[in-house]
Amino acid sequence: MGFFSFFTKDKKETLDKGLEKTKINVFSRLSKAIVGKSKVDEEVLDNLEQILVESDVGVETTLKIIQRIEVRIAKDKYLGTSELNMILKEEIAELLQENSIDERENFSFPNSSEPYVIMVVGVNGVGKTTTIGKLAYQFNQAGKKVILGAADTFRAAAVDQLTIWAERVGVEIVSQGMNADPASVAFDTLKSAVAKKADVVIIDTAGRLHNKVGLMNELSKIRNVMKKVIPNAPNEVLLVLDASTGQNAIEQAKQFTAATDVNALALTKLDGTAKGGVVIGISDQFKIPVRYIGLGEKMEDLQLFNRKAFVDSLFE
Amino acid sequence: MFENLSEKFDKAFKILKGQGKITEINVAETLKEVRKALIDADVSYAIAKEFCDTVKQKALGKNVLTSLEPGQLMVKLVQDELAELMGGETQDINIKGSPSIILIAGLQGSGKTTFSAKLANYLKTKKGKSVLLTAGDVYRPAAINQLQVLGEQIGVEVYTEDSKDPVQIAKNAVQRAKDKGINIVIVDTAGRLAIDEDMMNEIAAVKAAINPQETLFVVDSMTGQDAVNTAKAFNERLDYNGVVLTKLDGDTRGGAALTIKHIVRKPIKFVGIGEKMDALDIFHPERMASRILGMGDIVSLVERAQEQYDEEEARKLSKKIKTNEFDFNDFLNQINQIKKMGNIKDLMGMIPGVGKMMKGIDINEDAFKGIEAIIGSMTPFERENPLKIDGSRRKRISRGSGTSIEDVNRLLKQFEETRKAMKMMSGGGNKLNALKNLKRR
Ligand SMILES: Nc1nc2c(ncn2[C@@H]2O[C@H](COP(=O)(O)OP(=O)(O)OP(=O)(O)O)[C@@H](O)[C@H]2O)c(=O)[nH]1
Ligand SMILES: Nc1nc2c(ncn2[C@@H]2O[C@H](COP(=O)(O)OP(=O)(O)O)[C@@H](O)[C@H]2O)c(=O)[nH]1
Ligand SMILES: [Mg+2]
Ligand SMILES: [Mg+2]
Repeated sequence: MGFFSFFTKDKKETLDKGLEKTKINVFSRLSKAIVGKSKVDEEVLDNLEQILVESDVGVETTLKIIQRIEVRIAKDKYLGTSELNMILKEEIAELLQENSIDERENFSFPNSSEPYVIMVVGVNGVGKTTTIGKLAYQFNQAGKKVILGAADTFRAAAVDQLTIWAERVGVEIVSQGMNADPASVAFDTLKSAVAKKADVVIIDTAGRLHNKVGLMNELSKIRNVMKKVIPNAPNEVLLVLDASTGQNAIEQAKQFTAATDVNALALTKLDGTAKGGVVIGISDQFKIPVRYIGLGEKMEDLQLFNRKAFVDSLFE
Repeated sequence: MFENLSEKFDKAFKILKGQGKITEINVAETLKEVRKALIDADVSYAIAKEFCDTVKQKALGKNVLTSLEPGQLMVKLVQDELAELMGGETQDINIKGSPSIILIAGLQGSGKTTFSAKLANYLKTKKGKSVLLTAGDVYRPAAINQLQVLGEQIGVEVYTEDSKDPVQIAKNAVQRAKDKGINIVIVDTAGRLAIDEDMMNEIAAVKAAINPQETLFVVDSMTGQDAVNTAKAFNERLDYNGVVLTKLDGDTRGGAALTIKHIVRKPIKFVGIGEKMDALDIFHPERMASRILGMGDIVSLVERAQEQYDEEEARKLSKKIKTNEFDFNDFLNQINQIKKMGNIKDLMGMIPGVGKMMKGIDINEDAFKGIEAIIGSMTPFERENPLKIDGSRRKRISRGSGTSIEDVNRLLKQFEETRKAMKMMSGGGNKLNALKNLKRR
């Protein structure tokens, strides 16, 4: 349980609760798969394959995991079903560790004289605005001065939505109303953040499907405009992914990265989906860290992603 | 990363090639690939498996049919089977009540509010009905505002209340429609998780209170394996009449559609194909089947082309082509039109067979970047008089656009060819052909 040293008991409970369904699902089935068997054989592996695929891990990553277990069986000659659980956990953890990336221990960011700028992007309805509200809450709690930028000027009442979040959390917001030029809003927000010596700026953007060229170009433009105010901005380009999304999440990660150099992922709605497996697939295939996970609609329902804790909770 | 599905099929069917007769072994081999391909398209694991078993049975029963190549036979079997699964007749929405009540349900962010407004717009403009939209999401920040803004856009009244009780709001909305003689009431609701007991009870109570003719389950077409659970859970509580598949303007294969159809046996009635109020379409089972299979969707492609097609513009263009006045400004316009239709690779992928051909050829959006840069470096005179662009002008353009002189030469040549081809067709303004010419290097 050492992995949870930095989790308060509360946090761990939310995480466990959020993953409850996944756990029940994977484990009741895994134990069914090995009932009456003492040895991991072809049939057990077939079942394992099904369980992983049904968790949205994806065919490629699933086969990779299975292969690793096969290699172990070949090496150790014998693998008992009782050990399968542990080994699976080890193998997946290791797979996730392969992209060794800085994992943060709390809601913090590198200190600098300039505001730390987070730009939030993603397809429609994944939870960008909500995640921003939750992040603002965390940073505000940590005593940072937060400014939000309402650069989703497209979706009906998007500015209102973010404004309500800003009020709820008690942070400032910069907006130019609906239909304003999003790049101009971002520019304004950064200007204002510099003037007011804010610690962190979070820019909301309109949801867009990654195959729409014009909209993706607009993102690059928003990104570039910020550099005119703060050359290093945005420090964090956060791609928000909905955990219930299937294999398309991988295409989203690819295209948004191409347009905006995404360097962090947030995975939302993990409280709802029965599978958390998309995290495994994405972590395996991208060198971008999953930084935050969303576990509900309230402002407290955001956590830092920690691979070990995640896998642990999954295979406890 | 993920190979094109049709390519996978080809690979799978290659195993059969040269074998006149379908045997148990080669069918099994082939179907393994088919199964993988379906799973990559987000079809549920169990359903993909079941599907393949069915196809297998049918294939083995057909081993006398040696006149066809086994590969082709398998393609046909797979396609037919899938179309059948997706199929059934397209079912229209039931608006027989008075007022007719439609309840909208689904997960968070699936597209309920947008669809509610699109549907109101559709019923108003296409069916000539009066509609009352009801803001039943009392939880999400600005959810009510969102519906109000949309209602204003389409000129449909939106019923709202300060009350925090969706059941009461829905009831009052229906009463208002009755009082005012409004034909249809559409009730938008908050997004909810199928495992959230309280929220599921709430929507069940809304349903019981207003007894809607239609309850529609709105689902994001990018949904993965979890579609099984959600579709089932919502169906158990609401016994909905139909499904709405949103965000199909994306590039997802949409295997969730097959899963849901298979699990709940309810028709998919509408699809969302964009964020605007008119981006709504009725569901086409065959198109969806070929989309899941990655077999291309030529009908949608043509429709998308038509959508962007401005009659007026086209007529002007046609005249210009006939008189050989088609210039680089028009060319740039056309490129922009094509770009508006969506991702090029995606568009090409909609043409049957092309997806496969294009594999490996890097047609990214940058395909146009060079062209745009070159045209951007031309003077207005040059754009209007392509034939006058001589050697020294070419040199200047290549320097200005950061491209090589060969690139400029190639573009000019291509442009002339396109111009000729267009003149020959003389129908004018046909984007698809312009596109084809552009690609044929
Ligand atoms: N591209 C595209 N976007 C869509 C489509 N349908 C809805 N959207 C977008 O998806 C996002 C979520 O849509 P909403 O209608 O707010 O979804 P909802 O289910 O009401 O969401 P909640 O009320 O927050 O649960 C918005 O950004 C919409 O503009 C579609 O067919 N295509
Ligand atoms: N259950 C759950 N719902 C979420 C979570 N994050 C966001 N949502 C909901 O998903 C819907 C879309 O979120 P929103 O922030 O508007 O998405 P955006 O369009 O990407 O900005 C809203 O109804 C949110 O309340 C989460 O972690 N869990
Ligand atoms: Mg938003
Ligand atoms: Mg809504």
